[in-house]
Amino acid sequence: KRVRDTRTKLAPAYHLILEGILILWIIRLLFSKTYKLQERSDLTLKEKEELIEEWQPEPLVPPVPKDHPALNYNIVSGPPTHIITVNGKECINFASFNFLGLLNNEKVKSAAQASLKKYGVGTCGPRGFYGTFDVHLELEERLAKFMRTEEAIIYSYGFATIASAIPAYSKRGDIVFVDEAACFAIQKGLQASRSNIKLFKHNDMADLERLLKEQETEDQKNPRKARVTRRFIVVEGLYMNTGDICPLPELIKLKYKYKVRIFLEESLSFGVLGEHGRGITEHFGINIDDIDLISANMENSLASIGGFCCGRSFIIDHQRLSGQGYCFSASLPPLLAAAAIEALNIMEDSPDIFQTLRAKCERIHKALQGISGLKVVGESFSPALHLQLEESCGSRENDVKLLKRVVDYCMNSGIALTQARYLEKEEKCLPPPRTRTGQICVELDCCFLIPLSHIIRISVLHCIVTSRFFH
Amino acid sequence: MTDLKYRLAPASEMSRYCFPNNAVSGDASRCVCLIDSSTVEEINHIVHNGGLYKRPFNEAFEETPMLVAVLTYVGYGVLTLFGYLRDFMRQWKIEKCQNATEREEQKDFVPLYQDFENFYNRNLYMRIRDSWNRPICSVPGAKVDMMERVSHDYNWTFTYTGRVIKDIINMGSYNYLGFAQKTGACQEAAAKVLSQYGAGVCSTRQEMGNLDKHEELEKLVARFLGVESAMAYGMGFATNSMNIPALVGKGCLILSDELNHASLVLGARLSGATIRIFKHNNMQSLEKLLKDAIVHGQPRTRRPWKKILILVEGIYSMEGSIVRLPEVIALKKKYKSYLYLDEAHSIGALGPSGRGVVEYFGLNPEDVDVMMGTFTKSFGAAGGYIGGKKELIDYLRTYSHSAAYATSMSPPVVEQIITSVKCIMGEDGTNIGRARVQQLAENTRYFRRRLKEMGFIIYGNEDSPVVPLMLYMPAKIGAFGREMLKRNIGVVVVGFPATPIIESRARFCLSAAHTKEMLDTALKEINEVGDLLQLKYSRRRLVPLLDRPFDETTYEETED
Repeated sequence: KRVRDTRTKLAPAYHLILEGILILWIIRLLFSKTYKLQERSDLTLKEKEELIEEWQPEPLVPPVPKDHPALNYNIVSGPPTHIITVNGKECINFASFNFLGLLNNEKVKSAAQASLKKYGVGTCGPRGFYGTFDVHLELEERLAKFMRTEEAIIYSYGFATIASAIPAYSKRGDIVFVDEAACFAIQKGLQASRSNIKLFKHNDMADLERLLKEQETEDQKNPRKARVTRRFIVVEGLYMNTGDICPLPELIKLKYKYKVRIFLEESLSFGVLGEHGRGITEHFGINIDDIDLISANMENSLASIGGFCCGRSFIIDHQRLSGQGYCFSASLPPLLAAAAIEALNIMEDSPDIFQTLRAKCERIHKALQGISGLKVVGESFSPALHLQLEESCGSRENDVKLLKRVVDYCMNSGIALTQARYLEKEEKCLPPPRTRTGQICVELDCCFLIPLSHIIRISVLHCIVTSRFFH
Repeated sequence: MTDLKYRLAPASEMSRYCFPNNAVSGDASRCVCLIDSSTVEEINHIVHNGGLYKRPFNEAFEETPMLVAVLTYVGYGVLTLFGYLRDFMRQWKIEKCQNATEREEQKDFVPLYQDFENFYNRNLYMRIRDSWNRPICSVPGAKVDMMERVSHDYNWTFTYTGRVIKDIINMGSYNYLGFAQKTGACQEAAAKVLSQYGAGVCSTRQEMGNLDKHEELEKLVARFLGVESAMAYGMGFATNSMNIPALVGKGCLILSDELNHASLVLGARLSGATIRIFKHNNMQSLEKLLKDAIVHGQPRTRRPWKKILILVEGIYSMEGSIVRLPEVIALKKKYKSYLYLDEAHSIGALGPSGRGVVEYFGLNPEDVDVMMGTFTKSFGAAGGYIGGKKELIDYLRTYSHSAAYATSMSPPVVEQIITSVKCIMGEDGTNIGRARVQQLAENTRYFRRRLKEMGFIIYGNEDSPVVPLMLYMPAKIGAFGREMLKRNIGVVVVGFPATPIIESRARFCLSAAHTKEMLDTALKEINEVGDLLQLKYSRRRLVPLLDRPFDETTYEETED
């Protein structure tokens, strides 16, 4: 007992000292100058100046080789319709997305003229600040009616449409399941959203389901987080990079099974697929309300400029305050909106153009089969056909060069094709080099403007091409 | 709110002065003269910085009066309380909820919107929503016709009465040089091209959409800007957001003004470069960031930065301020960085012959590495451009996202730009263009001076055709917009989140098309409404010449 007493007596002595030191230490810490990690280097002014003097930045841009395939553009003189003058040579145009031939349509032109007379060219403001014209409202209403959705919203640039729509909904921490063949605009939209991106193999529903299941088990571990993590599937109706369509019915099943929203990019399929040109939903006979958001541009079938999103008001209306490309950009020039309205009129009045287009696509697709050395990629009814080398000649660069010779050869023979351009460093999953052909044009007045002889010419041409380049 | 600005930095401090800082060279002499304006004791600070400025640079941001600031906060407080109250009533079905709702089938999905995101829209924005998106049905010139709309359910929905309100004086459109016209040379030329080419193009520049018209436009723009080469794009916003990523990437540093436009912010983010923000037009802040960046290199790895790109705008569209370009260029040269100048609002609107902020300061266009601008505003068209050295443009022609993936510009729009640029350059054989540039400068000075005389707080530079008039209180945003419309004047009002929460404002954009009578009518009405709403806050307090309070906090954003 006595021993313990002495201990308790002794203890305060060194305790006090220790505590005293501790308190002093804390005081020191409190009053010492906070320092930043950066400033610990304690460089003198002179050293800093030397560092600034020594630093040599890279040039703003690296030099571009003079013969870079993308540097020297083809120059098109005159209107880019079905007959086109490329670099001074007249060609049949198989290279633009003027699927319905509306670019040169007189009705569309005169509607645009009338609008130009009334409104001038520019809008001089974003939608919020006196940049909303009555034609914009009319176009939105017409698009919504045409697509049979509650609401539509228009953008002044096709690329900006899906690229703005995705980040309006999907934020940091949300999850987006996206097909690896998705076009560049989608990729940029995803990047801007800063969401968690999960790529699934192109059109591989088993792979998508695998990812969804993985996410489901993840969610069970952290149900609290799962309750606020939005999920989306982003797919294209008709893929720009591959020319095939997405398996929408299966996607819808997965949507309800795993409670994921579907965003659909229809730039190529709008005005192409379906009996009335309403796109992939009509093609599969799917209720359009099952798709949360449909985005398309008006630069292909409608032969105008800009893009639109449509869907239920609950979803679309949100973009009017959150779609960056909508809020912060000047609105679409009224004459382009008027052209799009007139193009819609034509699509509504003559739905047989879609059948005609389909028939032509199938014919060309068939005619292009069996060329040795080249294979046709994509659906038979896709108006954008891709020709791809059956086997690579070793490197991408050589493939591109070979295809360029094919394209040049066709151009000399009066057929304008184009190489599909990709920014090789930027693409997430770079598609193999391809020549894009057969942007087949349907003329309204005389239904088969591209006569059979041209199709034969193409196939003959390809025989020549084949013999010259592949053997 | 239809915001034009996207702020990376938190709302700036209450008082905001902007004076040139002696940032560039230590020995630069600085002199201050106070000028007594002829009519009132208006005091401007004209500061010449080390001889960099060849012209007086008058730019001031009057301090927010304390009482006003407090009342503004109280206003937002009341609105928020009422918002909660009404949300509570909506929840208990006492008040009808007018929101669009989720489909029944998808009620068990993760909610698409977080509730607090919508609180502001539902309870604050909805009250004054009628001040935005007003639909017009005529050319957006000096006077404009507007479709009358009414709301029977407190702005949740609008119905159009079918009536047209005629001849509203348009103080909202960015029609600086008055090229928004439905008659005249531009319209005729555009009509001709439209009937020849059609409206669209249906292909990209790199594929089959490179028309001779595009080439013509680019050569003309390069000549106009005084640069080696130029490239045009279909959308001004996308010009920034799709080209900055082509210029910088990982390992590069972007120094961006805190009030830069959303498109610059988006472009910077998409590039993957590190982004640091400097205080608005504050050269001291910029220099510190530059110095630190070079001395310390990249965070963690300590590698030197590959390159540094400074992003600034010519005229800031919400502040009416003009970039301190001479100082920026001096800094850029000293620290070997590159300069990206966005002239969305300044091209055509500044400089004796409308060549933008570079000409305004009498500088050499070669000193700006990337000259960017839009065709939407002064040229009455659509789209954007980038001008610079030939290597830069060649690189962009090859690697720009826009050139490879986006449809090229509509031919009639291109033609409108060609004719309007030629008109500004005097190549149409008239001096209409030059006269318009002068008219705009006169209108700007006159309008700004008169507003200041009336006692409003007006932000920005005296030469900037963007004129922000401070409203501060949330209730006054809607009231000002409505009262002006009642008096047949269309104005733009902006509040949070486009501006800091207490700095709501109205914005006038002057145009060469405004006649003196129109401006006088507008001024008379503004004066009246100003009295009615008690907007004349200005105390014209002489602010001591001190460098703007500058704390060393920097905001860094790294792409993850």
